[in-house]
Amino acid sequence: MQQAIHPNQGVISGPAQIAFRNFNFYYGQFLALKNINFEIEKQKVTAFIGPSGCGKSTLLRTINRMYDLYPNQRAEGEILLNSQNLLDPKVDVTTLRARVGMVFQKPTPFPMSIFDNIAFGVSLHENLSRAELEERVEWALVKAALWGEVKDKLNQSGMSLSGGQQQRLCIARGIAVKPEVLLLDEPTSALDPISTSRIEELVIELKNDFTIVIVTHNMQQAARISDYTAYMYLGELVEYGVTDEIFLRPKKKETEDYITGRFG
Amino acid sequence: MNTEAIGMNVSKADSTLVTRKPVSRLGSVIFGGVSTSFAVLALALLAGIIVALTVAAWPAIQAFGPGFLTSPDWNPPAEKFGALIPVYGTLVSSIIALVIAVPVSFGIALFLTELSPLWLRRPLGTAIELLAAVPSIVFGMWGLLVFAPIFGQYIQPLLRATLGELPLVGALFSGPSLGIGLLCAGVILAVMIIPYIASVMRDVFEVTPAMLKESAYGLGCTTWEVMWRVVLPYTKNGVIGGVMLGLGRALGETMAVTFVIGNTNFLNSASLFAPGNSITSALANEFAEAEPGLHTASLMELGLILFVITLIVLILSKLLLLRLSANEGR
Amino acid sequence: MDLLARRKLTNKVALSLSLAAMAFGLFWLAWILSTVIQLGIDGLSLSLFTEMTPPPGAESGGLLNAIVGSLILVGLGTLIGTPVGILAGIYLAEYGRYTWLGRVTRFVNDLLLSAPSIVIGLFVYAVIVATTGKFSAWSGVVALALLVLPIVIRTTENMLALVPGSLREAAYALGAPKHIVITRVTLRAARSGVVTGVLLAVARIAGETAPLLFTALSNQFWSVDLNEPMANLPVTIFKFAMSPFEDWQRLAWAGVLLITLGVLGLNIIARVLFRAEKLH
Repeated sequence: MQQAIHPNQGVISGPAQIAFRNFNFYYGQFLALKNINFEIEKQKVTAFIGPSGCGKSTLLRTINRMYDLYPNQRAEGEILLNSQNLLDPKVDVTTLRARVGMVFQKPTPFPMSIFDNIAFGVSLHENLSRAELEERVEWALVKAALWGEVKDKLNQSGMSLSGGQQQRLCIARGIAVKPEVLLLDEPTSALDPISTSRIEELVIELKNDFTIVIVTHNMQQAARISDYTAYMYLGELVEYGVTDEIFLRPKKKETEDYITGRFG
Repeated sequence: MNTEAIGMNVSKADSTLVTRKPVSRLGSVIFGGVSTSFAVLALALLAGIIVALTVAAWPAIQAFGPGFLTSPDWNPPAEKFGALIPVYGTLVSSIIALVIAVPVSFGIALFLTELSPLWLRRPLGTAIELLAAVPSIVFGMWGLLVFAPIFGQYIQPLLRATLGELPLVGALFSGPSLGIGLLCAGVILAVMIIPYIASVMRDVFEVTPAMLKESAYGLGCTTWEVMWRVVLPYTKNGVIGGVMLGLGRALGETMAVTFVIGNTNFLNSASLFAPGNSITSALANEFAEAEPGLHTASLMELGLILFVITLIVLILSKLLLLRLSANEGR
Repeated sequence: MDLLARRKLTNKVALSLSLAAMAFGLFWLAWILSTVIQLGIDGLSLSLFTEMTPPPGAESGGLLNAIVGSLILVGLGTLIGTPVGILAGIYLAEYGRYTWLGRVTRFVNDLLLSAPSIVIGLFVYAVIVATTGKFSAWSGVVALALLVLPIVIRTTENMLALVPGSLREAAYALGAPKHIVITRVTLRAARSGVVTGVLLAVARIAGETAPLLFTALSNQFWSVDLNEPMANLPVTIFKFAMSPFEDWQRLAWAGVLLITLGVLGLNIIARVLFRAEKLH
């Protein structure tokens, strides 16, 4: 399962484990994440919860080095993806992002057909024949529970779908590349309750194939779908553990206050 | 898609074996390099214009020195050149244009932001913007053949009989009604720059926070008082920026002015009815036929003067508009 | 009169003046368009599109060489100016947004956008015509391309800036390199806006006369040789309209009608296209 982040021939892709070691993160001079140390288990769903501004999204976006896009943002320490430090400057971010997929708060279909939306990422990283590409697109759409709804209109624009469908399209797009980790940044916050529950079911099904990390502002959602929960506050990891433990018997007073709604 | 093929290969799509190729950085490097160099090209264009015009104007700059600006002579056969008359024509026609266009544009912007029924706003705004799209040669030909005769026959006598009787300003509205001349050029320029000024004004009026307007209305202000005492002071920089933008357009406008300004290098009355010349009309009329040497160089120097004046006006305009948007961000 | 009544009166007068200003603006548009249509239609005939520009006093004549020349000049000018402008606009929006080079270039480009077009003509004369020693269609093409450039740069940058950052991030999150993100995602999302900008640029240069006066000049005869002066509508209109010959003036009116319809048509298409895409 060990895999270099540099491009390789014929690697086995499977769920990976992530570990943060003495991790700090800065926006300019401001220390936004303070001394984060914990491990994210493979083939599990891990939820980051906490009040807005606590750094949960910031933490998520370090795992695929999204912050590289912005000149003032800087990380120090280590993030180990299957024991390889992904903050190493030698790491190629394009390959890293093929291994760590991401889905955003609002659906972000590209201005192209449904088929091309999914083929886009795949053909960046792999040389596939047309037939193989078609299989991969179908595979991803089946996995994302969208195939039945779109199989007859793969040539239509991705923007023509409903909000919930668009978000599943984005999930399909993310998993089509066969990543090891899937990052979900409040993926249901812009969706209606029915679409939300479909996405939640999907997340639970996908955890066999991918390590899933989800940021959510909705505590019930974290309780419903996650195996592990990290509670963050003011840039610090306050408490981390098995979700049931965190929700039923939190060890820290702050966690309990947040979960019981006395604060936040 | 062939279902049989899919059935056969689903296991392959399902397999965890992936063969990734390295993503080449070369494309990004080339693309970024080309984009950057084209942007630099646009930057270099400005410097290039100034350098090229200065070099081409150099014989005239050497021959006439700063006296070029104050000399009213423009005599190609005698190789004597001075910029006073065209510069005067450019400035006067532009000032006339502003005097007419600024209040009208303010009225239009006020109408479009406060008075017009919602469903009329877009078509009316579009109509005004289309006025800006009419090519200047159309304004010119129409001005010469349609507007100027009517202007000379009806409007100029009317002005002479009214404004011409006043002390001080009376001299500006005297002399024969030729139709074409400085005043006619100014009026046509005004029509041409109204859409530019009006759309900037409308845009800056629209960004005035609704709360500010509502609080003024809440105090019992009339629409006019809200506009004049609240919105206008708030958007002052933007409004002046828009006016300067219009001025920049007026200074550099060529074809419309060339048709109607009269094209003469003599100026012996203060009257705005008199024909004259502007920098742009002198260039348009003389340049292609000018003798190489001092005549061409002098025309180049005129072009350089025009470019420098408009640059200063446009820079002021940009700075004022930028300051408005900076205030907004706060 | 009490204070309130006076304030109300001032308000009424001011608002009436505002209405009058609006009418004043529309009046000119209506007057110009109606004259152009009326006098232009008088000059319209089939020979306009089949015959060359005539010498004064000739029995018949048209604008064929001028129409074709204008199409060539405007077409080539757009073809050269557009890609350069789009790439420079991409630089401003995607690479240089927060750099000093980006800021300076944006500022300078805004100046070029409003700079007098006749100065561009002088510049091209000094750089190309004076050095090659002859007026040529090529120099006219370059002058028009330089006018297209700032318009396309400006609209491309503005339209790319409107593309939501999340779309960019989503593409980067799939491991796409920057040029792929730009060409296949952001530029595509901004497509209709960029096309609108190009259409407006075409509309702008189609009526430009001043920069052609000392570059492409004009040509009384048929010529599609880019190394020679080339006939074009605006300069022909200028020459014919200023002349005392009635048949030339009639042709000039017809030419003005063609240009006006073309330019206003392009403007309206650009607006409709842009609005349709935004509603989508």
